[in-house]
Amino acid sequence: MNKPQLTPPPVRQTGRWTSITTSPNFVYVLIAPLFLILLAYVIYPFFQTFLQSVKLDGALSLKNYAKFFSLEHTSNLEALWTSVYISVLSVLTCGIVGVAMAFLLERYEFPGRKLLSVLVLVPMALPPLIGVLSFEFLYGSSGIIPRGLQHLLHLEKPPFTLKGIWGVLVVHTFTMYTYFYMTASSAIKGLDPSLEEAAANLGAGRLTIWRRVILPMLTPAIVAASLLVFMISMASYTAPLIFGIERTMTMQIYLSRTNGDLDMAATQSTLLSIVSILFLILMRWYQSARNYQNMSKGVSVHRTEVKSKAGQYVSMVLSFLGVLILMLPILVIVLLAFSEDGKWTTQVLPPSYTLDHFKDLFTDSKTWRPIANSFKMSIAATIGNLIFGVAAAYAIVRMNFKGKTLLDILIMLPWALPGTVVAVNLITAFSEPNVFSFGQVLIGSFWILPLAYFVRHLPLIFRSTSSTLMQTDRSVEEAARNLGASWWYTFRRVVFPMALSGILAGTLLALVEGIGEFVASILLYTNRTTPVSVEIFQRMYAFEFGTACAYGVLQIVMIILVLYVSRKLTGGNAGSAI
Amino acid sequence: MIEVTLDRVSKQFGGAKGVENVDIRIKPGEFFTFLGPSGCGKTTTLRMIAGFYYPSDGRILFGDRDVTNMPPNKRNTGMVFQNYALFPHMTVFENIAFGLQVRKKSKAEIRDKVTRAQKLVHLDGYGDRRIDQLSGGQQQRVALARALVIEPNILLLDEPLSNLDAKLREETRQEIKRLQLELGITTIYVTHDQSEAMSMSDRIMVMKDGVVQQIGTPHDIYNRPVNQFVASFIGESNLWEGTVEQAGGDEIRVRLTPDLVLTGLAVNASPECRLAAGQKVTLSVRPEAIHEAGAAEQGGENAITAKVVLSEFTGVSMNYIAQTGPLAVKAMFVGQGHRMRERDETIRFIVPRESIYFVG
Ligand SMILES: Nc1ncnc2c1ncn2[C@@H]1O[C@H](COP(=O)(O)OP(=O)(O)O)[C@@H](O)[C@H]1O
Ligand SMILES: [Mg+2]
Repeated sequence: MNKPQLTPPPVRQTGRWTSITTSPNFVYVLIAPLFLILLAYVIYPFFQTFLQSVKLDGALSLKNYAKFFSLEHTSNLEALWTSVYISVLSVLTCGIVGVAMAFLLERYEFPGRKLLSVLVLVPMALPPLIGVLSFEFLYGSSGIIPRGLQHLLHLEKPPFTLKGIWGVLVVHTFTMYTYFYMTASSAIKGLDPSLEEAAANLGAGRLTIWRRVILPMLTPAIVAASLLVFMISMASYTAPLIFGIERTMTMQIYLSRTNGDLDMAATQSTLLSIVSILFLILMRWYQSARNYQNMSKGVSVHRTEVKSKAGQYVSMVLSFLGVLILMLPILVIVLLAFSEDGKWTTQVLPPSYTLDHFKDLFTDSKTWRPIANSFKMSIAATIGNLIFGVAAAYAIVRMNFKGKTLLDILIMLPWALPGTVVAVNLITAFSEPNVFSFGQVLIGSFWILPLAYFVRHLPLIFRSTSSTLMQTDRSVEEAARNLGASWWYTFRRVVFPMALSGILAGTLLALVEGIGEFVASILLYTNRTTPVSVEIFQRMYAFEFGTACAYGVLQIVMIILVLYVSRKLTGGNAGSAI
Repeated sequence: MIEVTLDRVSKQFGGAKGVENVDIRIKPGEFFTFLGPSGCGKTTTLRMIAGFYYPSDGRILFGDRDVTNMPPNKRNTGMVFQNYALFPHMTVFENIAFGLQVRKKSKAEIRDKVTRAQKLVHLDGYGDRRIDQLSGGQQQRVALARALVIEPNILLLDEPLSNLDAKLREETRQEIKRLQLELGITTIYVTHDQSEAMSMSDRIMVMKDGVVQQIGTPHDIYNRPVNQFVASFIGESNLWEGTVEQAGGDEIRVRLTPDLVLTGLAVNASPECRLAAGQKVTLSVRPEAIHEAGAAEQGGENAITAKVVLSEFTGVSMNYIAQTGPLAVKAMFVGQGHRMRERDETIRFIVPRESIYFVG
């Protein structure tokens, strides 16, 4: 053993860097670039779009808005109305399905519960475009199920087909009920059973307990999920596109843009953004106003067992149906990925199968190119997201500075903006060279899609990192400083490794989201940088279902892998990133 | 005010044992306490009385009425939960009013009763507060008011003080006792804290591993513990093992070490204890019963000469741990004009013969 040192060790030389990092204004050195990036790629494009919508021939004018709300050509108003009512109905259907599922799976024990509670999150593994396409293949006018029933029952025509608004609604329900399911099931898990007991002890019966205790306790979760689903439904683009509903806000923006009416596209975008931002604010406000989860700790929810024979059979059959409905979309994509292109016409199932599509994916340079493109562009975007997200999360969780709330809101803003709007904003901002694009025209270049992905997925790494940072004790960091580590050394050796699981989970998620991105891509892609999702769309319209679905299978496999890995990494807390 | 009877009640959880064969009769207006270490089945027993568990065996009666399988909302018991279980989405007023609303009382009556209940627990003016705006002690009192306002037949309290800090615990303890005396309500109180149980209860039931050890007044339990577990769980005690040398008469002589024999009285023996010559026996002696040997008593009956291992001054008392041969002696001197001994000094104790209790 060494003798204890009696003289203090020499204090390390304070260099210029150290004096910067120890200055109270250091925090502004860190956050200034963050604000600059947000200004350049979120606020400025948004503002440009707004300017375009209120400028006509160089002068300020509200003509575009007058046109939008004009009662002569009501297509815009109709679109607004359709978007709103599809969204309201989506909230209702998703709410009923999601909350019911949460209660069944959290409160009852029945045969098949375990399997169902794993598969209930399957819709999250479907990339947006592929998810909608699978419904078209399964239940659409030439879908497998309607045709199958027609054959089985010897009918003249299919007994039902999924189309129009109903199609959109069913797809929305399937893909978005998970938001209700997740918030409701965690609220139910957090429900302290002793509250119900207290109510029973005071004389309340089952019904009163439901009405006065359980439902009010779930209200915050349900309201939060409703706002979220409404927002996402308003932004929904793929489902109306595939089911041919042109009169929705997102479709109108797309049509205005492809018809070259950029003024109108800007106007529509601005209005849709206002709605989305209002909802974002409403959601934020509501979350802070009401929160009564988990006043007590370490409680276990008691599951009621379905005991009667009849009940068991019924629940078995229903679970089986549930599993089937949840799995069919993925199964049909996998099946079609093996079908030969162009051979499936009027049969119930594709008649002939081949492995070629999967071989081609990786060997044929023509089919490989979109995959390579998507990977390149998504990696570029994700590197940006990674640096930005980690820095922003650290600043917000660990530092004190003026404008913290503003930073937080600005980061969440792109998440509230529909992909279509993000695309339109970027188009208006970067069709001409300016300082933020370093004097380049970005539209039509390689960089526009990575930029769009960067903006759309800005919150992902930020959220997952900040939630892990919040769970780590800041005194560990202080201990490192106390032992003589510089700020940067502490960050590298202590903060970063501690938050690594969250950072990785968010990064992987941003990467696959980028690879699957469709909504902004379809408005911004160039022929040299076609991404996978746009390629799928084009193959679909060339009736090359097999190739399209092979791409889809690739995307699904990647998403499932990422979900699995991030669950491992964060011990099931990755939900915070989504 | 109502009598509560547990008639040979047992509860198993699947294969696991909860409680076994609890057989008690709680008198109207009595303050009855379940006492025991954590996991001994206190909560389980209380929850059977409230109706949250149904016994696997035995009957529960309120007065003459068999309530064994009655649902909890029909029992009219007022329960204070360990974590309070206040409804976080309601105000203080709404929480207290809940039970009355369930009972379909008129608005005026509810307002009246809730206001009175708030006064009772010193929370007047807090009606509009949200639950998360209250301190732990205030939440505790809301829970108490909510349980009392329905005028329950029985008040059930499950470790109501365990989430409070020491000072508040003392105050709240006295408050609960005061309310119980004022209202004269039959009260069943669960705690693992023996001093809480001793100071509040009319009678105490001591439990261990789901089995009842002793039922009695605090005085009984302290002075006449039926076994070693009760003797050591309630208060401090010297537990010495020895062999009976001479029994039969009023006096019992027990050899503890080759050169130490103590004499006790045969009447001070637990019913579980058999006193016959040659029998192994355990003696329980409370530290405060031991005193310093005066000049006249040196070498007399029940005198112990020991070496101080640890001495501490608490203000109220002098506490010693001393060693004589293999035997450790805990002694506590209160208010005796007494010179404090340091470590390794010799001290002479007298163990009065009436203070020796044979626990078997
Ligand atoms: N719902 C339950 N399921 C299984 N075992 C239980 C349940 N409730 C209590 N027990 C068991 O019964 C025993 C007594 O528990 P409890 O009455 O809670 O003890 P305490 O005296 O600390 O209140 C413990 O061993 C506990 O594990
Ligand atoms: Mg307990």
